[in-house]
Amino acid sequence: MNKAKSVRMSDMAEKTSGRGAWWSRYKASLRYALYVITHPFDGFWDLTHEHRGTLAAANTFLALFLIIRVLKLLLTNFQFINSPIQHINVFEEMGSLLLPFLILCLANWAMTTLFDGKGRFKDIYIAMCYALVPYILIQLPMILVSNMLTFEEGSLYTVALSISLIWCFFLVFVGLMEVHDYGPGKTFIFIIVTVVGAAVILFLILVFFSLLSDAFGFFVSLYREAAYRLN
Amino acid sequence: MRMAKRVLAIIFGIMMLLLSCTASADDSFNLNKDGFSTSYTYGYDYWGDVQESPDAYRVTTVLDSVSLGLDVRMSSPQSLYVRNNDLYIVDTTNNRIIQVDIRNGKYKVKRIIDHVTGGTPETFNSPYDVFVDENDNIYVADFNNHRIVMMDRDLNWMKEFTKPADATFDQSLDFLPKKIVVDVAGRVYALVTNCNKGIVKFEADTVFAGFIGATPVSVSTAEYIWKRYFQTQAQREASVAFVPTEYENIYIDKDGFIYATTTNFSEYDLKWDNAKPIRRLNGLGSDILVKNDRYPPIGDLYWLEGESTYFGPSKMTDVTVLDNEIYIVLDRVRGRLFGYDNQGIMLWAFGTRGNIEGAFTSPISIEHSGKDLFVLDQQENSVTVFTPTEYGNIIYDAIQKYQEGEYEDSAVIWKNVLKYNANYPLAFRGIGRTLLRQDKYEEAMEYFKMAHDRDNYGRAFKLYRKEWIEKNIWWIFLGLALLLIVPVIIGRIKRMKWGVIMHEQSKVRKNV
Repeated sequence: MNKAKSVRMSDMAEKTSGRGAWWSRYKASLRYALYVITHPFDGFWDLTHEHRGTLAAANTFLALFLIIRVLKLLLTNFQFINSPIQHINVFEEMGSLLLPFLILCLANWAMTTLFDGKGRFKDIYIAMCYALVPYILIQLPMILVSNMLTFEEGSLYTVALSISLIWCFFLVFVGLMEVHDYGPGKTFIFIIVTVVGAAVILFLILVFFSLLSDAFGFFVSLYREAAYRLN
Repeated sequence: MRMAKRVLAIIFGIMMLLLSCTASADDSFNLNKDGFSTSYTYGYDYWGDVQESPDAYRVTTVLDSVSLGLDVRMSSPQSLYVRNNDLYIVDTTNNRIIQVDIRNGKYKVKRIIDHVTGGTPETFNSPYDVFVDENDNIYVADFNNHRIVMMDRDLNWMKEFTKPADATFDQSLDFLPKKIVVDVAGRVYALVTNCNKGIVKFEADTVFAGFIGATPVSVSTAEYIWKRYFQTQAQREASVAFVPTEYENIYIDKDGFIYATTTNFSEYDLKWDNAKPIRRLNGLGSDILVKNDRYPPIGDLYWLEGESTYFGPSKMTDVTVLDNEIYIVLDRVRGRLFGYDNQGIMLWAFGTRGNIEGAFTSPISIEHSGKDLFVLDQQENSVTVFTPTEYGNIIYDAIQKYQEGEYEDSAVIWKNVLKYNANYPLAFRGIGRTLLRQDKYEEAMEYFKMAHDRDNYGRAFKLYRKEWIEKNIWWIFLGLALLLIVPVIIGRIKRMKWGVIMHEQSKVRKNV
């Protein structure tokens, strides 16, 4: 912790003008992720409340997460994954992770903001992106490792993947707790509420589009009718 | 706002994608003049996608009342049986069995079995099935006479199996035998209409010996809770009771195992292999069918949902087992034949509905003689004779060679199969196995990868990895050594530099 803070201090000291400052701040916020995932309680608090994290770093992690997800589908040895390469659409795969991620962030913000959650949308987004770091750090080497293992030794691979996922979920939990300054019980309840909220958002989107298409159809038929009558 | 618009656009796009995915696979065949198209025969790859395949079987001839020269036309025949170059067609409505000589590809009626000398009554009444044992004794499931009658080759009455006088058999029901098989010891196994306790077994001396192979009744927890706590009494009574299913058809293979098919299951059970539409029953009546493929043997993997006769999962109306343990099932829904090897891997599927050669209106029974197949259509009143093509023959040869342990030969044949059909996983696996035996690990891995055979790939890879490490051990050591030494050297240099800088600074300070 002290080390991380000292790093941070030195970066602050270097605060010059323009691009250089932005760049060093970005690098420091990237490095801070290592501190966050190993000391989540302290790390997440400082991440948003002390502005240790940057939006740029968060975007980087999210992008890396999506890229690694796709790399995993494409490059993991076939012994350990069922990915029909001929059917994989890279953008579809990325979208199917990105959209739920964003909708869940949005739903969480929408719900917690009503029940004195301290986090703004940006804070939630940054915290959630930082929570993806274990996935990046573990799954990337595991792609390589999967090509060095046999089917029988697969338990090693599975355990590593499970650790990365459990770690991520733990970080999500702690992250939300610290960002909103909630207790564990309240966080747990709001995670459930968030999922429900996301479902509601999806429903509203569906209704919106079906109404939109109905309205569109109405105007099209109106135009046709008018064109028919006028001729 | 622009951001929000973009997000909405993406969501909209994804919804469109989902909508387009719901359109199901096209099930219609584009048949050529000769009744075949490239997609007449097909298979499923590892991903469950349909892969077109060359024809494994082709129609040689279609036997009907005219070509057989019958005075009385066949009328809704129900079953076929083949023994020693004789094909028996059970002409149910005409109460007779037609014995056809099938030697040398010529099909001539040998005799018409329409009575049993010395029986009471002497004629049949809606016979449904026939079985002929090694000594040419004929068993007939005489449905409406409520008996299974056994007669010698000259049609003299020998014995009769009738309603079991046993408490386990519902005495209020008639004994209506529909399908019969007989094992080498003369024990008779019968499927009886209205009896869902399994296969009725008789000892050779006509004594009832109990039921075997009853389907265990399984109720899912969710279903139980739903029925028990959330349904009213009336609803519960109206819904289908949990009863074991009846079998559709049975076949006895050369080892005395009974293959049974059932068509009474829910689609949900089918996908999780709880339905087990094809079973291989041992003496105790438990299912010992080997299923080593990714998908269980259920016929078609995809189907259109609906109530039409053409929709829904495959319903196996009959099964026949070749001498090389390859079993072929007949689907009455889409008129298709599915061949599986003894590991449960689909070899090919072909057939369709229709009334041209190679298509069926209402297929009911399948039999084989050697590698030739006979399919009975109860509506067309015809028997379609299929003969394997070159492609079908070499698949059988390769399997045969592999079963005999001649792996090199089988690999050569599998390579030939690949010339006909490059989408044949079994061929890749066969070649891979042979390469593995020849210690060509890397090539074997390549083939196993194409066959998606994880077990064998792992085996080959393990050996390859060992070989690779042994070959490159010095490079690995060198790499490790570099990894250890380089940081040490770098640290040294850094320390030296630091020392120099400090020295310089101290000089500067001194000068100041």
